[in-house]
Amino acid sequence: MQKQAAEFWKWMRIIRYFESSAKELYRAGGIKGALHLSIGQEAVPVGVCAALRDDDKVLSTHRSHGHYIGKTHDVDGAYAELLGKATGCSRGFGGSMHMFNQAKGFLGSNGIVGAGIPLALGAAFAHKYLKTDGVGATFFGDGAANQGTLHETLNLAALKKLPFLAVCENNTVAATTLTGNSTANQDRTLLAAAYGIPAITADGNDVTAVYKAACTAVEHIRSGQGPFLLDLRTYRVEPHCGIIRDTRDKSIRDYYVNEHDPLKMLEGKYPKVFTAAKLAALDKECCQIVDNAQKKALAAPMPDLEQFKLDFGV
Amino acid sequence: MKNLTYIDAVKEAIAEEMERDPRVYLIGEDVDIDGGVWNESMGLLERFGADRVVGTPISESAFTGLAAGSALAAGLRPVVEFMYGDFIHVAMDQVADQIAKARLMFGNQPQMPVVLRLCACGVGTREAAQHSQQLEAWFAHLPGFRVVMPSTPEDGKGLMKSAIRSDDPIVFLECRQVYYEEGPVPEGEYTIEIGKSKLLREGKDVTLLTYGYACVKAMQAAENLAGKLDVEVIDLRTLKPLDMEAILSSVAKTGHVVVAQEAPGVCSIGSEVISRITGEGFDYLDAPPVLACSKDVPIPFNEKLEDYTVLSVEDIENALIKASI
Repeated sequence: MQKQAAEFWKWMRIIRYFESSAKELYRAGGIKGALHLSIGQEAVPVGVCAALRDDDKVLSTHRSHGHYIGKTHDVDGAYAELLGKATGCSRGFGGSMHMFNQAKGFLGSNGIVGAGIPLALGAAFAHKYLKTDGVGATFFGDGAANQGTLHETLNLAALKKLPFLAVCENNTVAATTLTGNSTANQDRTLLAAAYGIPAITADGNDVTAVYKAACTAVEHIRSGQGPFLLDLRTYRVEPHCGIIRDTRDKSIRDYYVNEHDPLKMLEGKYPKVFTAAKLAALDKECCQIVDNAQKKALAAPMPDLEQFKLDFGV
Repeated sequence: MKNLTYIDAVKEAIAEEMERDPRVYLIGEDVDIDGGVWNESMGLLERFGADRVVGTPISESAFTGLAAGSALAAGLRPVVEFMYGDFIHVAMDQVADQIAKARLMFGNQPQMPVVLRLCACGVGTREAAQHSQQLEAWFAHLPGFRVVMPSTPEDGKGLMKSAIRSDDPIVFLECRQVYYEEGPVPEGEYTIEIGKSKLLREGKDVTLLTYGYACVKAMQAAENLAGKLDVEVIDLRTLKPLDMEAILSSVAKTGHVVVAQEAPGVCSIGSEVISRITGEGFDYLDAPPVLACSKDVPIPFNEKLEDYTVLSVEDIENALIKASI
């Protein structure tokens, strides 16, 4: 794990920089539409995706930048997509909520809560249909756990013993409603149990715990034993999206920012890896990757209108 | 030519395409149980196995999403069956927000070769409000879909084969009223191009545009008025995109238009057809076009009430007379 720690830190830091850079540009009017930031939740995509291969498929949510970067490591494509540019991962047609990268197995973020879950089941079905040992995985929030799609999908996945990984990114809040006010039973592992699916709860801010849990799940799935659910407890530091006020308890936020931050936790766990010099060097590298991505995205061309007309007959 | 029922002709199309392309599979409720509730998959399980004839729980959102995800992930080509077309409402997010939009939303990169097979569409069969609908306008209104509604065994087979070969999603609505009626079907391999209408009856006085089971009623109305009015009847077959070339060339000849449909009229295929004709062929028209359709109310169970509600042959005759003045 010590070997991977630096890599984990790096990708969490890139996601963090990406989100804060996007936030700044959004506030300056440089990014249009909705922007859902995942600051504080970086350990979930980094830990889970480290356990997956390129041919494993991931479906995601509206809060997808971290998932996209975690699965594809394509920072340039992600940044350009936020700006609606032709070099974006969805060629500027999708924006923040519709990122896509077929080659790297990222089959779309989604603007509809819970909608990616059955799509990921389809990826799992395709693996079984084509007799490959890949996994169809979906991230979903604790809010989506109240959608019918999750329950229907868990049942069907268990019934057909499909290679399906359900990752609940349990960040305590659905848009602005706290989980306690939206969900009768907050233990997601019990949802899985209802369908005979094994599940693990892990600290979603501890990237090594997330990675270990994901490895256990993926091993189970690849060995042909059917689906698995992960309930990863994390915290969304930012408001739901750019323009919405945040009425949550500040002291809880402070705890996650100061004491239970995924990057700080990892640094604390491996003090020998993360020396001051090492951190400074890594930090500079991450910052440059995001800054360069932003620079390239700003300079990139808009999608070609004539091509759009031709492609869609409009 | 050979004779096949509508349901068998569509099944033959699916079987031939499954034979031709291993990526094609059928998924839906009960499709793997005794040939499905309509005999629509009779023999397919034995022939292709449970991996490709996939029975599901009653979970329309999940199995529709599964189908879409399998297309996105690996280019599989599912035929997604809804036991009654009405049940697609349960899966509407997967249909409207995922399947219809994927190609555009993801930068024209993925294909979405999914056929949404709406079994047993139609009205007038005493099955009451939730099992007696024609939903074609919903899907035609959604950018991203092409919509077909064949009315004969020959068209059912030829259009299903084209639908399965399409790289974009197709909504395929079937006519329950003719499910078990036999009709001639060509021997051997053929497809019918999506987007092409079919001339059912030549005439010079009025153009009668119709589709689905309304074709049967339209032909009856045309025969009943023979001698008084020479009616040209066209089966649209594809409802999106409309075959405007054939439509306008008929209207140019007759100058009079009736659209007959079993769906209600507001924001419907008929209102769209009439809008297109008045926009693109206004100079051809000698009189305002007339829409003959079912009434704007959910379908009641009682036969007296249902018969009043649903498009009748007499409604079409009245529309033809009104349009021809």
